[in-house]
Amino acid sequence: MEAFTTHTGRAVPLRRSNVDTDQIIPAHWLKKVTRDGFEDGLFEAWRKDPSFVLNQPERQGATVLVAGPDFGTGSSREHAVWALQNYGFKAVISSRFADIFRGNSLKNGLLTVVLEQKIVDALWELTEKDPQAEITVDLESREVRAEGITAAFELDENSRWRLLNGLDDISITLQNEPDIAAYEAKRPSFKPRTLPV
Amino acid sequence: MGRTLAEKVWDDHVVRRAEGEPDLLFIDLHLLHEVTSPQAFDGLRKSGRTVRRLDLTIATEDHNTPTLDIDKPIADPVSRVQLETLRKNAAEFGVRLHPLGDVEQGVVHVVGPQLGLTQPGMTVVCGDSHTSTHGAFGALAFGIGTSQVEHVLATQTLPMSRPKTMAITVDGELPEGVTAKDLILAIIARIGTGGGQGYVLEYRGEAIEKLSMEARMTICNMSIEAGARAGMIAPDETTFAYLKGRPHAPEGEEWDAAVAYWKTLRTDDDAEFDAEVVIDAAELSPFVTWGTNPGQGAPLSASVPDPASYEDASERYAAEKALEYMGLEAGQPLRSIKVDTVFVGSCTNGRIEDLRAAAELLKGRKVADGVRMLVVPGSARVGLQAVSEGLDVVFKEAGAEWRHAGCSMCLGMNPDQLAPGERSASTSNRNFEGRQGKGGRTHLVSPQVAAATAVLGHLASPADLSDADVRTPAGV
Repeated sequence: MEAFTTHTGRAVPLRRSNVDTDQIIPAHWLKKVTRDGFEDGLFEAWRKDPSFVLNQPERQGATVLVAGPDFGTGSSREHAVWALQNYGFKAVISSRFADIFRGNSLKNGLLTVVLEQKIVDALWELTEKDPQAEITVDLESREVRAEGITAAFELDENSRWRLLNGLDDISITLQNEPDIAAYEAKRPSFKPRTLPV
Repeated sequence: MGRTLAEKVWDDHVVRRAEGEPDLLFIDLHLLHEVTSPQAFDGLRKSGRTVRRLDLTIATEDHNTPTLDIDKPIADPVSRVQLETLRKNAAEFGVRLHPLGDVEQGVVHVVGPQLGLTQPGMTVVCGDSHTSTHGAFGALAFGIGTSQVEHVLATQTLPMSRPKTMAITVDGELPEGVTAKDLILAIIARIGTGGGQGYVLEYRGEAIEKLSMEARMTICNMSIEAGARAGMIAPDETTFAYLKGRPHAPEGEEWDAAVAYWKTLRTDDDAEFDAEVVIDAAELSPFVTWGTNPGQGAPLSASVPDPASYEDASERYAAEKALEYMGLEAGQPLRSIKVDTVFVGSCTNGRIEDLRAAAELLKGRKVADGVRMLVVPGSARVGLQAVSEGLDVVFKEAGAEWRHAGCSMCLGMNPDQLAPGERSASTSNRNFEGRQGKGGRTHLVSPQVAAATAVLGHLASPADLSDADVRTPAGV
């Protein structure tokens, strides 16, 4: 995974709540067997509407998505994270993310930042008024900054350390392989096995 | 202080606990399907890793599989490649796979329980958010992303932060004609699509204890639609009776040891939940959705709500958008909504009890003119059981299409889709925009409401049916 330290970029204000992962990337895109090439599927249905915010010329090249509450609900598809990253987003800001989506994003280096709705409102106002306005998402100081706005955000120390260093979870876990082997040795024998019976 | 069911199962699976780190949890069962696994196997290959516990891993094909002509090559080349990729990966890494055409093939969350692989007190994961289904057995079961699928394949563990716990206590008895589906839709409408976020839900109370295993699976299945990664129900005699004799259930002394352990898996009387919601079962009635998320639902007897009645601005906006997408007017009675398609199936309502309930209402009746009804068993075994009971004949005589097992129209990754503007009554779990096909409009319903709707052509409950609808002698 790519490390995330700090990022500054223009924003896309997405004034919608409950944006589910079916909206982020529709199911027919899930037939692909790679992790790339999902950018054209991002918000596919909404992008057919020329007035959709992502279609505005001034939003091209924006890298920070500022979304409404309950972003990423529904399906566990990690393709939603890949689609956002393939399109060019580096960070998503919302007052509430669905659990699975959040976990997926942090495992791929897409920083999901939880801020109070009133800060999200302020970011919407700022970036709607001035599409050139930039937002800085600083993971080292756990702070979001934009013109007239400074807001601290929380992220547990472990996730932050993994993101800052771009660490692969599997390698970290395998450092504790003896613990896994010890646990396996004491599992009850009545637990089922999938081998054909 | 005592512990909740979720805390007990969690504690029994901690491989490693360290200050400032998530717990490392052991995973007892890993279910795989074709959609969320290819990139995970690719990752293993690139890093030269293998599957750590093939004996705790099983795969099937469900999301892409056609429900017609399953003996012919799959027409959609992209779907075909995805299924072939799973077959290649399973062969290369040695994973047990039940492919299309196999008697154990089916929706992954129907297959696990019917094989007896899902048991109380286990940790179960799958790259699919409806893994919460398995919580019906008192297992801690949750959906994971593809990076985590790769992690479990390589290590049989997952680093996880301990969730909070929420009790959903359903007191009293469900009135006649009110099903598990109505109950869970009402719960989601009550707590909202984000209400369970960060929690494991434990469904408890008299109404829950009286439910069959299949009805409990329907409830736990939709926990994710309330934002909760997992939902659980304490195992009891109903659970043990369901498991006894299944292919992977323990036998003899192992059975006794297992049951003794399973009986400890109850929330202690002095345990405290982080949150509690109490529902009075007696107040419930058949429930349907009108909007584009599973929390936008109402009793069938109600009308489409007026967005202006929402105080919260973002909810109001969501309701306006939903009515626009769904082509509905505020104040319109839900019973007046006409449908083009009825879908019975999915990991929510594709088990044998669901098919029996729909068939019982359709017996001797006809699907309304202009309505297409699809009945898709949750697994090949469910399909065989239905055929042995003559249910397929009932469906066909009523004018419904009887299909092969798979996820089918729940998400339309195969050819079973709604056309733009078409409206369905669907026993599945998500009414998101475009979920069942671009521009398709979905109303989530129980199998009973689905069957009554198919006969009358508009959203309806079994109570709306009369003997006059019975046009032909019973098929069986």
